[in-house]
Amino acid sequence: MKVAVLRFPGTWSENDFAHALTLVDAEPEILWHADADLHGYDAAIVPGGFTYGDYLRAGAIAAISPAAAELKRAAAEGMPILGSCNGFQILCEIGLLPGALVRNRHLEFRCDWVHLRIESDRTPFTAELVGQIVRMPIAHGEGCWVADELTLARVEANGQVVFRYTDARGGATPEANPNGSTANIAGVANEGGNVVGLMPHPERCSEELLGGTDGRLVLAALTGVRHTGRAPASVQ
Amino acid sequence: MLPEAHREGPLTTYVATIRVRPKAEIRDPQGEAIAGALRSLGTDVADVRTGKEIVVRFAAADEGAAHAAATSMGDQLLANPVIEEFVVQVAAE
Repeated sequence: MKVAVLRFPGTWSENDFAHALTLVDAEPEILWHADADLHGYDAAIVPGGFTYGDYLRAGAIAAISPAAAELKRAAAEGMPILGSCNGFQILCEIGLLPGALVRNRHLEFRCDWVHLRIESDRTPFTAELVGQIVRMPIAHGEGCWVADELTLARVEANGQVVFRYTDARGGATPEANPNGSTANIAGVANEGGNVVGLMPHPERCSEELLGGTDGRLVLAALTGVRHTGRAPASVQ
Repeated sequence: MLPEAHREGPLTTYVATIRVRPKAEIRDPQGEAIAGALRSLGTDVADVRTGKEIVVRFAAADEGAAHAAATSMGDQLLANPVIEEFVVQVAAE
């Protein structure tokens, strides 16, 4: 499976994603945003970072890049697209995902591990994972997902909430919410389910060496390869 | 704004001020923090809302065209309609 990993000025998680994708037998290729052509790829990743320095709004300037038009085209054709952290912000700014991400309620940048409950199996990144509680790292200052009441009701009713911040037992409590996000929402999908965004970083928890492997579940759901048996890069 | 070849008459330089602020129903934690800080100075503050001001200089045929161009900038990039609203003010330089 060929997976395009997009790189904008200020993207910083593209190499981590490319590496993690190889652990589930994908063939990642990092594409520069300005001339990204997604034809011939099976999926696309919009990684985290601070594109264009978060100027104007997080993801706002990347959202008018030529890559945005290409992502819209590919999304309409049903391509699985995953945005993490700044990638989630970019996909919301493009309008491929509902809602928007604003400053954390407490104004703090949060770099931490969180628990998430996987709420939907309607996406290529969570097939067969619904109900699982996973643990992933976050690192963001603007991860508070908001939407108007109508959008929130529609997203909940359509099963477009994909990840919710919970405690270790799966309780979506206020204490488990790291940024004040509406209804503890950590990740959403588009109506078709093929475009998914989440604030946590699956690419940073795909190997034991990094303190967790739950992120690999999300990437493995995409490729259908749970474990390649490959040794971590550090000991290869 | 029309492409250059289709414009008629001389162009004037306009300065557009686009003020972007969070919609009323969107919480503004920055504003809340500033309100707390002002209160700590002993000021009796009921509420603070923050926003940003973007000033753009460009040439346009007349004020109407300049206003339309600045509004289009707000719609396409400067404000996110999910969370923000904006007002445009235009003046000839």
